[in-house]
Amino acid sequence: MENRRTPLYDFHQEHGARIVPFAGWDMPVQYPAGIKAEHLATRASCGLFDVSHMAQIELRGAGADAMMASLTPTDMGAIAEGRVRYSLFLNETGGVLDDLMIARLDGNLHLVVNAGRADHDIAHLRANLADDVDMILHEDRALLALQGPSAEDVLARLGVDLAGFTFMDVRHLDINGIATVVTRSGYTGEDGFEISLAASDAASLAATLASIDAVSLVGLGARDTLRMEAGLPLWGHELDETINPVVGGVRFALSKKRREARDFPGAEAIMHDYENGPQRQLVGLLPVGGRPVRDGTILMHEDRDIGHVSSGGFAPSLDAPGALGFVPPQLAVAGTQLMAATRGAPTPITVASLPLVPHRYKRG
Amino acid sequence: MLRYTEDHEWINLEGDIGTVGISPHAIEQLGDIVFVELPSVGAAVAKGDAVAVFESVKAASDIYCPAGGEIVEVNEAMLDDLSAIVPDAAMDSWLFKVKIADSSDLDEMLDEAAYAALIA
Repeated sequence: MENRRTPLYDFHQEHGARIVPFAGWDMPVQYPAGIKAEHLATRASCGLFDVSHMAQIELRGAGADAMMASLTPTDMGAIAEGRVRYSLFLNETGGVLDDLMIARLDGNLHLVVNAGRADHDIAHLRANLADDVDMILHEDRALLALQGPSAEDVLARLGVDLAGFTFMDVRHLDINGIATVVTRSGYTGEDGFEISLAASDAASLAATLASIDAVSLVGLGARDTLRMEAGLPLWGHELDETINPVVGGVRFALSKKRREARDFPGAEAIMHDYENGPQRQLVGLLPVGGRPVRDGTILMHEDRDIGHVSSGGFAPSLDAPGALGFVPPQLAVAGTQLMAATRGAPTPITVASLPLVPHRYKRG
Repeated sequence: MLRYTEDHEWINLEGDIGTVGISPHAIEQLGDIVFVELPSVGAAVAKGDAVAVFESVKAASDIYCPAGGEIVEVNEAMLDDLSAIVPDAAMDSWLFKVKIADSSDLDEMLDEAAYAALIA
């Protein structure tokens, strides 16, 4: 089957991107600057990412909140108009079917889900669709992420008023004459924005943004190294059907009211780990000696297998290898020395607290 | 005499010493190199052995020895500045020199024209 292409496919080609298949899409993994340079430009100034492969789904109707409450551990009543929450689709054993963003705008719920899980999530929503809820798949919309400390200056230069618009807010914004829906959010650990707009406007806005000196084009390669440094989970690595939110490092996604009510899918298993501590937990890892340690590598302590690397590679902001992985709680202490069972000689690896690079969100 | 493998190594044969590196195309495909592991001087190697590793931001790539023999020199200097490993300097970024036991190991390898056709 042919891979799908985002509205920015030609834009990527024109800017020299290397295109790779990703979750059924042809996506830019990097531009000529390369992953390290794109990563560092995002942290130093700002990066423009095409994340149009992620699915944008809208739920309308009186039952939308109750429906989402039945599938997630989120207190839907706590998502005020104009606000965004990070959430999780959970299964009955407490595993994570996918992670997602939920925004409330104009009284309706706007979901953004992972590209690789979109088909699953849409089927899951359809199977649980209440009579008084309409689901709209916004396949005619693109999604751009503008991430980094200069992102707000870039939008301000285009005449956008960001007064009172802080982390995890959502608004309609006019950017250079283009109607957009913007959330102040992202997946890099930096301040930034995710901009939803009509597919037909995407290339025009991307070109406008790319023409600004502070903006670098950034591919999926650096998107992954940025989110790894920020300690943000990627479904299929830090989260999956067998990993509950406490293990996966996203216990903050369990709303207080829902924890008290224990009324979400998998609540029994999840609350057991929440209250008693999990058998294993997500930590940062810093390989010693310069050699990256890759996904799936077994972690050893005193010659025993004690865990594994879930995302491993290079951390450009540290100018050193970095990784995320799962270890038992008694070893989840910064400074603990472990060994990674890399091929040939094992690699010493040090447990580090998350995030590896501090978040710099603009909270209200 | 310069020859290439289908795995994108090059070997430049002078007498019975072959200098080995990876092609500009391979360097471009790997992207930013963040770690290189070189073989040990004195090691006996067979044709096709994985003798070195290039690690990029995203992945690790084995480098296979194009010809059997003994490793007689490694390019330690390249480890001082991995950012200098770029397609235009592929011949400077040699990895090791191998004293070749049997020069017929090179018989089946690609010349520059054949390699250019492979990656075209």
